[in-house]
Amino acid sequence: MGDANVLARVLDWMPFVLTGFGLNVLMSLLAIAIGTAVGTFLGLGQLSQPLIIAVPSRLATQLFRNAPWLVLLFYCIFLMPYQVGIGGSVIVLPSWLRATIGFSFPVAANFSEIVRGAVNSVPRGQWEAAEALGYGRQSTLFRIILPQCVTRMIPPWMNLYALLLTATPLSVIVGVEEALGRTQAAVQALSDSRMLIPMYLALLAMFFIYAWPINRLSLMLERRFRTK
Amino acid sequence: MNASSSSQPLISLRGVRKSFGPFEVLRGIDMDIRKGEVVAIIGPSGSGKSTILRTINGLTPINDGVIMVGEIKVNDPKVDKVKLRHRVGMVFQQYNLFPHKTVLENVAMAPIQVLKEPRSLVEERARKLLGEMRLPDKADSYPGELSGGQQQRVAIARALCMEPEVILFDEVTAALDPEMVKEVLAAVRKVAEDGMTCILVTHEMGFAREAADHIYFTDKGLIVEHAPPAEFFTRASDPRTKEFLSKVL
Repeated sequence: MGDANVLARVLDWMPFVLTGFGLNVLMSLLAIAIGTAVGTFLGLGQLSQPLIIAVPSRLATQLFRNAPWLVLLFYCIFLMPYQVGIGGSVIVLPSWLRATIGFSFPVAANFSEIVRGAVNSVPRGQWEAAEALGYGRQSTLFRIILPQCVTRMIPPWMNLYALLLTATPLSVIVGVEEALGRTQAAVQALSDSRMLIPMYLALLAMFFIYAWPINRLSLMLERRFRTK
Repeated sequence: MNASSSSQPLISLRGVRKSFGPFEVLRGIDMDIRKGEVVAIIGPSGSGKSTILRTINGLTPINDGVIMVGEIKVNDPKVDKVKLRHRVGMVFQQYNLFPHKTVLENVAMAPIQVLKEPRSLVEERARKLLGEMRLPDKADSYPGELSGGQQQRVAIARALCMEPEVILFDEVTAALDPEMVKEVLAAVRKVAEDGMTCILVTHEMGFAREAADHIYFTDKGLIVEHAPPAEFFTRASDPRTKEFLSKVL
């Protein structure tokens, strides 16, 4: 069996694996969206003065930031119901969706820290100047501090996304049919040990080709914002 | 001068005390500043000069004493902060311009957003002030594109645009390169000559001597003595003042 033959057999299975990869991308996009939205609230919560908001926000952030992603995933898969009834209709929650929610927790916690760090990196003088001009705490945050933070938050946010994407194959353990699961299935179907390494190389390449430009872009943006 | 010194002071501090933790920075400060007066506060670093300024517009809350600005009691916990900051402007050592806003926006945003004045009116005033600060063509630049001296003049225009009755200048030339000190001092001078009540904390003794009506000397959280500049610089009586002047003059 020649190299060309190996390549041809890998390519044969690519549509099957790529469909699974589509699920990885979908899960990552949904999880970053949910995580960013929730993380924004958590981050602003961490920064707020009333302790009744600040303390739970800090606790949640620390809890989900320091828990292994896989453990959070298990929690979501096994503790969340298989279906939820909204009104009269019953919505089935497929395992990939429950896994997505599982990924959203650590993403939210990490983004919460990105928000807190970015806000705290704005010099104190900005707050004081705003205060001296009659701005209250909230309008200072929204009109003066946060607009300066957005550019600082984009590079770490993109890194977080790349990290999230590379974590999505964890969901194979809870039975989601994503790229890793499908590669395993393909290797079994091929039942040829010589195909093992090429198939997993193809899988690696898939993730790399998707995630690497994101990391490069985030690095580039980081440099650009730093010099400004 | 006599007529104004007999009138009610615009700003008065009585027995003002402030501690940061166990360290007492202000140990009973009394001051009276009348409308149109230019007052310089000088003294060794760490003597509480900047803290005095920051208590006057309520940036630093005090532990004891009374501060009045006009009829506003600054140390009242329920004080109307917007009203207070409308009357008392401040210029900082580090300029503290908002880097994501143009020069014009920096100058005009607070009167529009905080004082709710009409945009067209405020922007017209802001452009006029930038002209007076000799920055007429910088309205659309960003602070990062300006020199330190230019940024500080924008900060002065920003304070003026609130149309305050008094402006606090907190070591406004301390962060500047020597060649830019002059242009900023000239700008402060112009503000003072236009009749604005000014309180400045400064290390520029020559400037204090020329521009101020009154000099306060602070040491270890107390006002050691105060006098008009001619008297202060020639006939200082307190040994602490003498020692300080011998070092800086």
